[in-house]
Amino acid sequence: MQRFILSKKNLITLIGGFLIVIAYLSKLIIGNLAVFYWALVIASVIGILPIAIQAFQALKVKVISIDVLVTIAVLGAFAINEMEESAIVTFLFLFGAFLEQRTLNKTRSAIKELTEMAPESALKKMVSGEFVEVEVDEVEVGDILLVKTGAKVPVDGSVLIGEGYINEASITGESLPVSKSSGAGVYAGTILENGTLQIVAEKVGEDTTFGKIIELVEEAQDSKSEAERFIDRFSKYYTPAVLILSVIVYIFSRNVELAITILVLGCPGALVIGVPVSNVAGIGNGARNGILLKGSEVIHYFSKVDTIVFDKTGTLTIGNPKVADKMFYTSDLERVLSYLASVESESDHPLGKAILEDIGNTTFYNVENTDVIKGGGIVANIEGHKVVVGNVALMKQENITINESIRNDIVLYEQKGNSLVMTSIDGKIEALIGIRDQIRLGVKEDLRKLKALGVKNLVVLSGDNQGTVDLVTKELGLTEAHGHMLPEDKSKYIEKLQAKGQIVAFVGDGVNDSPSLALAEIGIAMGSGTDVAIETSDIVLMNSNFSRLPHALGLTKATANNMRQNIVIAVGVVIFLLTNVFFSEWMNMSIGMLVHEASILVVILNGMRLLSYKSK
Amino acid sequence: MQKAIIQLETLTCPSCGQKIENAVKSLNGVDKQSVKVLFNSSKVKLDFDLKILSIEKIEKAISALGYEVKKSQVKEI
Repeated sequence: MQRFILSKKNLITLIGGFLIVIAYLSKLIIGNLAVFYWALVIASVIGILPIAIQAFQALKVKVISIDVLVTIAVLGAFAINEMEESAIVTFLFLFGAFLEQRTLNKTRSAIKELTEMAPESALKKMVSGEFVEVEVDEVEVGDILLVKTGAKVPVDGSVLIGEGYINEASITGESLPVSKSSGAGVYAGTILENGTLQIVAEKVGEDTTFGKIIELVEEAQDSKSEAERFIDRFSKYYTPAVLILSVIVYIFSRNVELAITILVLGCPGALVIGVPVSNVAGIGNGARNGILLKGSEVIHYFSKVDTIVFDKTGTLTIGNPKVADKMFYTSDLERVLSYLASVESESDHPLGKAILEDIGNTTFYNVENTDVIKGGGIVANIEGHKVVVGNVALMKQENITINESIRNDIVLYEQKGNSLVMTSIDGKIEALIGIRDQIRLGVKEDLRKLKALGVKNLVVLSGDNQGTVDLVTKELGLTEAHGHMLPEDKSKYIEKLQAKGQIVAFVGDGVNDSPSLALAEIGIAMGSGTDVAIETSDIVLMNSNFSRLPHALGLTKATANNMRQNIVIAVGVVIFLLTNVFFSEWMNMSIGMLVHEASILVVILNGMRLLSYKSK
Repeated sequence: MQKAIIQLETLTCPSCGQKIENAVKSLNGVDKQSVKVLFNSSKVKLDFDLKILSIEKIEKAISALGYEVKKSQVKEI
């Protein structure tokens, strides 16, 4: 019975509204007061039923909810035979709840779009060898699954047989389809655009990358900031306090109407819903734009950020270095290049790759006794000659003399922002190669936007040489730059900034900079949705998309503002209503309920504006 | 211990969350620290002891408050 009434809440609201219209029509047009009275009585009685049931359930678990206040108020109105008030108040309360549900669903729509991308079924290979459609929950690690063109990949796994193009936008944000063949990793929630694949399940359900992203966003939208926890505690005591206030007012004034009006006016609706609504809409906007914000605390801090620290490699630059300058001190160029290429083909270091790419076709020799010196280079033997390929430090370590003219070249190359690779054969320097990374497209404009949004300092901390770092700094208009930094130097530097009272955000790739990511108030990972990036950071920019950073900052500022506006609206309305009930003539229960419900809708609509936020 | 994730019909009032939280916490066998009501995603997450309590009883406690349980998942932890 209880559930039947609750499930018919919308119908009850409609009938209630209809009866109120009939009541007023009969009073004003045909002057029939009996119909007027009884229509209102019926409207009140059916209207109070669902509210009273909810109130009763709340009391059972020791919660004094808004329903309790409204139920007492309406019963009070009954007692003093104020049928107009009771009918209108119940109707407004129910109708308001209906509108709230509709508008709240809108604010949640962005995140719902994301969760609805989760795969639901899979074609699983049975013992008989046939593929049978099963629910995705029934898939276990090790199962073999068939994915057809147009279908979603149901789990994380790897390709067993077949080839195809997969759109991985849901994980990486990158909309160009990626080619997959035997052995390649595939992710749940991505879409096979053409081809047919058989995959073996490696991670299922919530363990998949997509599952983790969803869980993160879901937890984020319900996470609470300090301010919200305060409001929560506050509202826990607020509602009972309103009840007590109305009892006190009744005892002193003996005025039932005044006492029940206070009950209605004191409802804390807009206050408890205002902040969560801004939060969910802001995080939803982010999720739609490839920005994962981990909760309202993150929004709060990032909106106030003073300093953004970048780790240069792979953040401001493409991370794909190329040979930019070269100088040779040899008469036999052919041989030097061949030796260099032979040694570099032993390593998969990015600088080595850039050199090989630059040299192109050449003769490769047999390389012996290869010794890779970490952070230095490679020492090896070719045709009985000792070949040393690496940086200046390695040359010094190997006691190779660097003469005046080469030293000048080195200084020049470093100033141009190169990383240096030198080649020596039998103790004589033969070649100096400068390799540079390219700056990402649009980074300059994005940094300008960040400054326009109020970020005071843009700092680069990099492991590269100072020349490289200075060059990038000059080109991009950064405020500060420091080279030759190890991960622990970076975190020390961040501590120093924090000691000065700055709020620091650190942008890194999420793997080797995790101490700094964790230390900074806001860690921002430029991850392609990798597990590590998701777990260690506060904000994840999907697909390493730097241009999302200004949007993220603007969005958090807009969201934080929106929360403040909603709190001001909510508190303002309660103060306005309570002062008016004591100091004005026109205030009554119906008007109070109307203003109260309207204020709830205003804060929801205000929050909804965040869904369409775009950075300028 | 079992970890349960219960999907509810759309929650619209924050005080619904408080009601559900109180109701679930009052059940014997529920780890009180673990109870989390996600208002926006309309989910309840909690850990409970299978020896004392069953998922059906938890679902019943919630639906008795008037909130429909859509789906629940239980995992060993």
